[in-house]
Amino acid sequence: MIKVEALTKSFGRQPVLRALSLEVPTGSITVIIGRSGGGKSVLLKHLIGLLRPDAGQVLVDGVEITSLRGRALDEIRRRYGVVFQGGALFDSMSCHDNVAFPLREKLRLPTAEIAKRVEAALAQVGLEGMGAKFPAEISGGMRKRVAIARALVTEPEIVFFDEPTTGLDPVLVRRFRFTAVVVSHEIPEIFEIADTVAMLHEGRIAEVGPPAAIQASPNRVVRQFIRGEPDNSEER
Amino acid sequence: MSERPLAPALRPFEAVGGWTIAIVDSLGRFGTFFAEALGAVVTPPFKVRAFVDRIDYIGYRSLLIILLTGTFTGMVLGLQIYLTLVRFGSEAFLGPAVALSLIRELGPVLAALMVTGRAGSALTAEIGIMRITEQIDALTVMALNPMRYLVAPSILAGLVTFPLMTAIFDVVGIFGGYLVGVKLLGLSEGTYFGEMQTFVDLHDIMTGFWKSVSFGIVVTWVCTYKGFNVGHGAEGVARATTQAVVLSSVLILVCDYFMGSVLP
Repeated sequence: MIKVEALTKSFGRQPVLRALSLEVPTGSITVIIGRSGGGKSVLLKHLIGLLRPDAGQVLVDGVEITSLRGRALDEIRRRYGVVFQGGALFDSMSCHDNVAFPLREKLRLPTAEIAKRVEAALAQVGLEGMGAKFPAEISGGMRKRVAIARALVTEPEIVFFDEPTTGLDPVLVRRFRFTAVVVSHEIPEIFEIADTVAMLHEGRIAEVGPPAAIQASPNRVVRQFIRGEPDNSEER
Repeated sequence: MSERPLAPALRPFEAVGGWTIAIVDSLGRFGTFFAEALGAVVTPPFKVRAFVDRIDYIGYRSLLIILLTGTFTGMVLGLQIYLTLVRFGSEAFLGPAVALSLIRELGPVLAALMVTGRAGSALTAEIGIMRITEQIDALTVMALNPMRYLVAPSILAGLVTFPLMTAIFDVVGIFGGYLVGVKLLGLSEGTYFGEMQTFVDLHDIMTGFWKSVSFGIVVTWVCTYKGFNVGHGAEGVARATTQAVVLSSVLILVCDYFMGSVLP
């Protein structure tokens, strides 16, 4: 289980997260929704240990990770798979080598085994036979799918998706038994894959619950977001 | 609780204090970065393939510019030194004068400046783009140390390629001086090379060697650091690249002076 307790983060004088608390149960898919620039990616970067909070804690199966460094943090990260917003594929490598990279460097598997796993991973995201292409030669959506293949090829326990938009096939997601945290502002696609939806607003979780409950929520902020209505909070 | 506004008379002190803290902070981060890079250089696993790639990137691809600038630097030196020496009837010393100028001073400095302009800037831009496109973050969250994959191979490659580039620069420079002095101005071949053997000794070669080694470390350190700590977007990469080239060039000349003072 991932547990976020009173997480607080500011950049300069701009508060982004304000004592945010959230629980992600093991084996569930939790989708964090909220407007662009609302701090979703900042929250995700705290969960994967790329940012340190001003206050608060992130616990992964009871281990507090915000104070960890070096090898201790790497031990936690070995259980992770991360799909970044832009894919973050290595431009100097082909799609095959991108997906093979964590297998070579983290698991040190034999070459034949790596090739087999990479082909299977690419096929799972609908990119069989595309391994020889370089990231610059394929579309943004395909890059995202290669990134998903790279994140899943090591069979991680916990996967983080930052704005997956395309390629996050519900069937694919259900096939793997991982804990997933998905950050997205894509409505209504995310309701198909989520077990739990958490609405992030002004640095706090405004509402959390199953997709049906969120869709029926009387909370004005949640309703405005789901219906795609403009946020008038700044005009007040 | 809001802070009490500072009295106007104290604001300049606040500004100076702020700058001082910022400078000390960036020097600290610069030093820590190098210490982390050194840690990745000396501890396994060693990324041999990345190291070979970097030798190609920094060294081999800079070869043409080194050959061109080395030859013309030697030709200019040959011409100018000849015109000076001929006034004193000492043109026989053209060979050693060209060789000593190149081996002790111009070879290491100009080769380092050329490699900085070609490879250093590209190194900063490449790492900077990796930073802004989250490729470095991707390495980090895979529990792989980006210093080991990106910085350590570059610094090691700098250690190897800068002395080699300097040696090539020196050789083609001496050949350029030979073309002008011997083939164009009519000095005898034996005088040009014979006097060189008398005046150039191992100390001179080692002076140039140690300079090139230190420039190799400084340039790769500065350029990888600037790439790693790039600002936002394309503008951030452009600014980091410019800063890397300017800072590397200044440090090359500063190091050159101090090493020239210390080394025999």
